[in-house]
Amino acid sequence: MDLTLKVWRQKNAKEKGHFETYKVKGISPDSSFLEMLDILNEQLITEGMDPVAVEKGCKSSGPVSFDHDCREGICGACSLYINGRAHGPDDEVTTCQLHMRKFKDGDTITIEPWRSKGFPVIKDLVVDRQAFDKILQAGGYVSVRTGGVPDANAIPIKRENAEESMDGAACIGCGACVATCKNGSAMLFVAARVSSLALLPQGKVEAARRAKAMVAKMDELGFGSCTNTRACEMECPKHITVGHIARLNREYLSAKFKD
Amino acid sequence: MAKELISKIPEGPLAEKWTKHKSQIKVVSPGNKKKLEIIVIGTGLGGASAAASLGELGYNVKVFCISDSPRRAHSIAAQGGINAAKNYQNDNDSIYRLFYDTIKGGDYRSREANVYRLAEVSNNIIDQCVAQGVPFAREYGGLLANRSFGGAQVSRTFYARGQTGQQLLLGAYAALNRQIAAGTVKSYPRHEMLDVVLINGEAKGIIARNLVTGEIERFGAHAVVIASGGYGNTYFLSTNAMNSNGSAAWQCYKKGAFFANPCFAQIHPTCIPVHGEQQSKLTLMSESLRNDGRIWVPKKKEDVAKLRKHEIKPSDIPEEDRDYYLERRYPAFGNLVPRDVASRAAKERCDAGFGVNETGLAVFLDFKTAIERLGKKVISERYGNLFQMYEKITATDPYKEPMMIYPAIHYTMGGLWVDYNLQTTVPGLYAIGEANFSDHGGNRLGASALMQGLADGYFILPYTIGDYLASKFKEPKTDIGAPEFDEAEKAVREKIERLLSIKGTETVDSIHKKLGHIMWEHVGMARNEAGLKEGIKMIRDLKTEFWSNVYVAGEQGTFNQELEKALRLADFLEIGELMAIDALHRNESCGGHFREEMQTEDGETKRDDKNFMYVAAWEYKGEGQEPELHKEPLNYENIHIATRNYKD
Repeated sequence: MDLTLKVWRQKNAKEKGHFETYKVKGISPDSSFLEMLDILNEQLITEGMDPVAVEKGCKSSGPVSFDHDCREGICGACSLYINGRAHGPDDEVTTCQLHMRKFKDGDTITIEPWRSKGFPVIKDLVVDRQAFDKILQAGGYVSVRTGGVPDANAIPIKRENAEESMDGAACIGCGACVATCKNGSAMLFVAARVSSLALLPQGKVEAARRAKAMVAKMDELGFGSCTNTRACEMECPKHITVGHIARLNREYLSAKFKD
Repeated sequence: MAKELISKIPEGPLAEKWTKHKSQIKVVSPGNKKKLEIIVIGTGLGGASAAASLGELGYNVKVFCISDSPRRAHSIAAQGGINAAKNYQNDNDSIYRLFYDTIKGGDYRSREANVYRLAEVSNNIIDQCVAQGVPFAREYGGLLANRSFGGAQVSRTFYARGQTGQQLLLGAYAALNRQIAAGTVKSYPRHEMLDVVLINGEAKGIIARNLVTGEIERFGAHAVVIASGGYGNTYFLSTNAMNSNGSAAWQCYKKGAFFANPCFAQIHPTCIPVHGEQQSKLTLMSESLRNDGRIWVPKKKEDVAKLRKHEIKPSDIPEEDRDYYLERRYPAFGNLVPRDVASRAAKERCDAGFGVNETGLAVFLDFKTAIERLGKKVISERYGNLFQMYEKITATDPYKEPMMIYPAIHYTMGGLWVDYNLQTTVPGLYAIGEANFSDHGGNRLGASALMQGLADGYFILPYTIGDYLASKFKEPKTDIGAPEFDEAEKAVREKIERLLSIKGTETVDSIHKKLGHIMWEHVGMARNEAGLKEGIKMIRDLKTEFWSNVYVAGEQGTFNQELEKALRLADFLEIGELMAIDALHRNESCGGHFREEMQTEDGETKRDDKNFMYVAAWEYKGEGQEPELHKEPLNYENIHIATRNYKD
C-alpha cells in the first residue's frame, strides 16, 4: 500500500505545531498502524543522514515521536487521533491493534495527538497524561495495608458484581475518552474506577469519599464537565459504558447529601 | 567485592527456613525508617508492590519508571493468571506441591529455599489482591474460580479474564498511588536509570535521564532496588513491550553485581507467527488457551502443501489426518506440558516440514473439540478477549478456523544474582522480580511470574531490606555532590555524546534487528557449540559496527526516543554476548536451554547434573575482558532429583 500521511509536528510544549506531509510506500496490509509509523521514521532518519539534502532545504524534522509500548492493546500508552477518531477507524481497539488492512491503497491519513486541556503536548504526538495519575492518587484505591488482610474466600462476591466490576477495571487509562469529549471531560475514566470499586464489598466502604475526592481532583485539573453526549463510550477501546457514569453519579450525590 | 557467593540460605528444615529467618533478621524502628531513603527502579508488579509496601512501612521511597505512568509497566500485559497453593479446588494442592512443580518445571536449576518461600507466600498474595479490590473471576457461589496451567496437574491459577497482569498491576499501582498521596513515595515517571552509583562499594544512588527534557539528574539513597524486568528484547522480536530493556540491571553488572544464568531465556509456545520484515513485536496468546485448545499439525505432507497454497482450510482436514503431537508424545500432561517442552515440540514438527503457513513456521491451536463439547458461549466467556485480539491481528476467526501459533521469546529466567535476602553481590543493591535470577531455574512455569513479582515486592523485600538498613540509619543522607556521582554522571554524558557524534549510516533499529537475527539463529531454541562460537563473533562484530556506524537522530537535551533506543541497544549487544558465552559454557540441556549435543534419543533435554548443577554467576572484568565465572552449587535436600517426565 502507498499512503500519504499528514502528521502533527511540534517541537515541544511551548512552540506552535504544524502538519507535515509524508509519503510511505509498500506498506503491508498485515502491518499494524504503529509498524507503519516505524517505517516512516526509518525513512525520515535515513533522509536526515544526508547532510547535503538537509542543507538544500530538505526540512526533515527527524523521526516522529509517539508513545507506544506493549503493542498489544493493554498498556494504554498509544494515543493517536487518526482521521478525526481516537485510535482510528476500527472499533474497540487501540492504535497499536489497528491494522493497515483497515485503510485503502492511496489513502491520505491525518495523524494528530490527543487534543485536550488536560493533556498538554510534550512533542509531536506525545502528550502528558500525568493528570490521570493525580486523579487516581486522590482516592482511586482501597485503603488497605500490605498484610493483615482476611482470607481471599472470606467474602463471597456475586459473580455478576465481580464481572461488572471487571468491566470497569478494564480501563487502560489511554485518554481516548477525554480526547473524544467535546468538553474534554474525564468522566468516563473517573467513573470506571469509582464504579468498579463500588461494586465490590472491599471498595464499598470508601465509595462515597472516593467519588467526591476524585471528581474534585478532576475539576481542579481543568477537565471539562460531562454533558451526556456518550461520545466517550463510542470511542473507548475497552468498551467501557456510561452505565459506570450513572453509578459514579449515584455515589457522588449520596456523598453530597451526607455533607 | 565478594568473590565468594554467599547465598545466606538459613539452616533448618525447609518449611521453617523463612519463618526462622524472619525472626532472626534485624528490623528498623519506625522513627529510624523516616531517616532512610530507598530508590526503586521500575513499577511493574515487583517495583510497584515494593515501593508501596516500603512507603507504608515509613521509608522514604523514590520510584522511577520509563513510561508516562507507573501503570504501564509490562506486567500489565500478562494474560493468563497467577498461581497460589490455596487448594480451593480440593484437588490435593499444597505449598509443597507448588514448590515441587516449580522446581521440576525449572529443570532442577533453582534454589530450594527460595522456591519454597515463594510457594509459601503465594497464598498471601491472593488475599492481598482481593483486599485491594482486584476483580478475580468467581464461581456462581461467590467464591474464587481457578484454571489450569502448564506443568501442573492441579487447578491453582487465579485469573481476571485474560487480563490478570493488568488487574494485579492496577492493584499494586493503586497501593502505590495511596502512598504517593500520603507523601511517603515520590514518583518519577519518564525517567530512565543510566547508572548506579557506588560509594565505598555500597549502592548509594543513581544517575537518571529525564526523558522529557533530556536532563541528566542525580538521586541519592541508602539502598537501591532494581525491579526493571528482563532482557528478552535482546532478540528484537519478543513478546516484551517495545521499551522493555535490560539496561538498569546491566549497569549494575558493570558496577560489580554478578549476573546469573543469562542463557536461560524462555521461549513461549503460543505466539502469533511472524508476518514479515516490517514486524516490530510478537503477540502472545495466553497459555490458558491450552486448557481447551489442542495443538496439531497435519499428518500428511500433501495436506501441508495444500494449506500453504491456501487450497484447503485447516477445518477441511479430517480428524484421522491430524497429528496432536503433544498428546501423542506426552500423554500424562498432553497440551499442558511446560512451555519449553511445548516450544521444542513445535520446532521439531516444523523442522520436519509440517509447519502450516507459508513460512513453514506455525502450528495449529484448535478449539473445535472444546466448542463441540462446551458450546461457543462458554469458550467466549473464557477467552473472548483473546479470540478478539487474534482476529484483529490476523483477520481470521478462531471460532471457525484454528489459530496459528509459533514459539517466541517471552521471559528471561536469568538475571542479577541475589542471595536469600534478594541482595546482589553489591551491598545495598537489591534485585526483585524478573530482574533477578532466583526462582525459576531453567524454565518458568506459566502464571508464576506474577506470583514472584508480588511475592518479592509485598512480602519478601520489605522484610529483608531492613536487615541491611538497620545499620544505616545513623549515616547521613547520601551526598549527590560526592565525587562518585561526578564520575558516574560524566561517564553517562560521555556515552551519550559519543553515540550522537558517530553519525554513521545504520539506524538503531536496523542494528537491533541484526542482533535479533543472530540471537534467534545462534542463541535461540536450539544451540550448539559451533553456532554459539560463531554467534559470539558475530555479536562482537556487530557491536563494533554499532559503535562506529550507528546513526542516532536528534540531540541530547530534548525528548529523543532514538537516543533512548540507542542507549538500550548498546547494552543489549553486551547482554547478547554474555548470554552466548553462558550458553556455550553450559554444556548440558536443561529447561529452555537446549544444547543439541545433549539430547536423548527421542529429542528430550539431557541434563548433566554431575557437572552443571550450579548457578553460573558472571563477574564483569572490564571492557573487552572475558567475564569471570563463579559457581553457586545447588543442593537439593528435600527433592528427589529426577529426569523431568511429562509422559506418564
